Amino acid sequence: MKQEYTITVYTENQVGLLNRIAIIFSRRKINIESLNVSPSEAEGIHRFTIVINEFEEVVRKLCRQIERQVEVLKAYFNTGDEIVWQELALYKVPTDEVAEKLQVERLLREFGARAVVIRKDYTIFETTGHREETDKLLAVLAPYGLIEFVRSARVAIIKASNGFHEKLKEFEAVEPASELIENEFLNKQAEVFSM
Amino acid sequence: MMQAELTKPSLATPEHPIEISGSQAVLEAFIAEGVDTIFGYPGGAIMPIYDALYDYHDRLKHILVRHEQGGIHAGQGYARSSGRTGVVFATSGPGATNLVTGLADALIDSTPLVCITGQVYAHLLGTDAFQETDIINITTPITKWNYQVTDATEIPQVLAKAFFIASTGRPGPVLIDIAKNAQLQKFSYSGYTKCDHIRSYRPKPIVRKSYIEEAAALINEAKKPFVIFGQGVILGRAEAEFKAFIEKAGLPAAWTILGLSALPTSHPQNVGMLGMHGNYGPNVLTNECDVLIAVGMRFDDRVTGRLDKYAKQAKLIHLDIDPAEIDKNVKSTVPVWGDCKETLPMLTALVDEKKHTDWLNTFYGYSKQEKEIVIDQELHPASGEITMGEVVEALNELTNGNAIIVTDVGQHQMVACRYAKFNESKSNITSGGLGTMGFALPAAIGAKFGAPHREVVAIIGDGGFQMTLQELGTIMQAQVAVKMLILNNRFLGMVRQWQQLFHDKRYSFVDIQSPDYVQLVKAYGIEGNSVDDRQHLKEALQQMLDCKDSYLLEVMVGKEDNVFPMVPQGCSVSEIRLK
Repeated sequence: MKQEYTITVYTENQVGLLNRIAIIFSRRKINIESLNVSPSEAEGIHRFTIVINEFEEVVRKLCRQIERQVEVLKAYFNTGDEIVWQELALYKVPTDEVAEKLQVERLLREFGARAVVIRKDYTIFETTGHREETDKLLAVLAPYGLIEFVRSARVAIIKASNGFHEKLKEFEAVEPASELIENEFLNKQAEVFSM
Repeated sequence: MMQAELTKPSLATPEHPIEISGSQAVLEAFIAEGVDTIFGYPGGAIMPIYDALYDYHDRLKHILVRHEQGGIHAGQGYARSSGRTGVVFATSGPGATNLVTGLADALIDSTPLVCITGQVYAHLLGTDAFQETDIINITTPITKWNYQVTDATEIPQVLAKAFFIASTGRPGPVLIDIAKNAQLQKFSYSGYTKCDHIRSYRPKPIVRKSYIEEAAALINEAKKPFVIFGQGVILGRAEAEFKAFIEKAGLPAAWTILGLSALPTSHPQNVGMLGMHGNYGPNVLTNECDVLIAVGMRFDDRVTGRLDKYAKQAKLIHLDIDPAEIDKNVKSTVPVWGDCKETLPMLTALVDEKKHTDWLNTFYGYSKQEKEIVIDQELHPASGEITMGEVVEALNELTNGNAIIVTDVGQHQMVACRYAKFNESKSNITSGGLGTMGFALPAAIGAKFGAPHREVVAIIGDGGFQMTLQELGTIMQAQVAVKMLILNNRFLGMVRQWQQLFHDKRYSFVDIQSPDYVQLVKAYGIEGNSVDDRQHLKEALQQMLDCKDSYLLEVMVGKEDNVFPMVPQGCSVSEIRLK
């Protein structure tokens, strides 16, 4: 069954690597639903967060192809319940409209929104959360002359992961001490305390 | 005096740095890496490197090719015959784009190459400057690694990385694009240090002992174990280890087209070729064995036929250095990630000494059938047109299986690989994965430079020869003693065969005319001959082999001969057709 997978890739910070990773998907005609690249907790190491809908078998092979790239250190894939994830959304609405017809206060409370900018002509709200949550506020604001909407890529933390510092030491050793296990955080959600 | 001064840079140390140009740094890196031959073609954006090369010509041989595609195929041939990294130069723009086919070929066939392309000045990048092309992005999917240098100080480290990446792990092509300003830039050079570690790159997985134990247990219990091996054995320099392994456990072994020559063809446990035009027994018995042991091969669709009917009854042990190949096409029971130079001896130590005589005899039984139905007519026809098989067989007799055979792509390639005899490893050079027509002629040139003391015979079809025949100019100028054997059937034979078998003989644009090849090579000062009768075939081949220089022999072969056996596309390997 195809389902949503979040792929986490630890890489060197190198020009052209984004393309090298992106074409692994496009070559197989797989659409990337969301893509985020940012620095990780380990200095000099970047972290890609990629969301796709695919079969587990396909995702496993994709991760091996990703890890095969010289500047990739590690690629993990996880289902939604193995990660904690957030997306950020910004909404620009005419200040008059929302002030008159919508209770701004209600918006802020119910949707956990924050007003980032308030000007005479427009107000920008921000929310973070899962897709359904940011979508809900979008639906509420749509009738009130929504001017602009943008949503960020997903950022995700793997619940079972202890971060990359220790891993990096293994990679830096010329003679690695132990074999690096493939996708060690898969199916580990049961071991992780979750609300 | 001049030369002595020019050797100075290599004496540079961190304590005594010397000012040199980026171009010199490139050549210093080559010398430090043991490069002796470069295949290349100059042009505007790589001129500073060529200018520097002028002073290094006593230490670095440069072969001027006639087209950059020829250059890179020559680099591949060099790498394949020598086991070392091939080095190629091309200029920016069209020079660089002409490398594309060779890069794709080298990637899919795991050939170590370092290609240096010139690039426009860094300040012109992205301006559509003359002969500017974004070669890094063009070649990203077809290189193991690529990198653009815009500052000369990066050159020593980048080239050290390039050679390390190209030749270790699963080898592959690396392209380094160097902007002209970096080639010209003078910098303080403190010597060259080879690269032996990149933290994000693990060329050699640590072998997990439990895999070896599980694999050995499976082999020891097996009644019908069957080994299939690929180029991994050659790339891992593990021919002796492989032979020891199959001999101790008494395993029949069949090869993929790139695995050919890793095990002598005369070895009693060498049961032949796998795949679409492979031998009868290995294909049928793939679907009868109980344990399949794959060594350094990647289950290409030409080897497996229909995947959902491939070796379903068997437990699979897959030895490979590239984890991405494990479970990619065929699910393994025991994956053995590692370098087969290490894993094979570990496995040999744990397997029982056995002789699977009955099982081996089953293979021999199939080969007897194949011999009667297919091979005898192919190799020893009594009448009719010359067959490709008999040319290869005659060549075997004359070379005793000691020649390097370079093949192009098509019917002649299948026939040559099926029937050529090999005693030594690294003797079969062909474009396996990409199937690049036009590969053989330039690859043979490179192969001769990679193994100058060996006889190199390029067997080429009339179609493929015409794709890269400009390299006759290279043969002429560099005086490369390659033997060109054109098997001319006046058709694009493999496509014609498919049109005959699967498209109701609708021969759509496969009727190809040839020039007078003997006249053609004469224009290049190369001796040649053409034969179309059986009586003179051997004599003509002998004359070709006796020639000290390059030589072309055209043999007119059966116009509508087909290659059999054949696993039709979409069929299972056990549905192989003998006719």
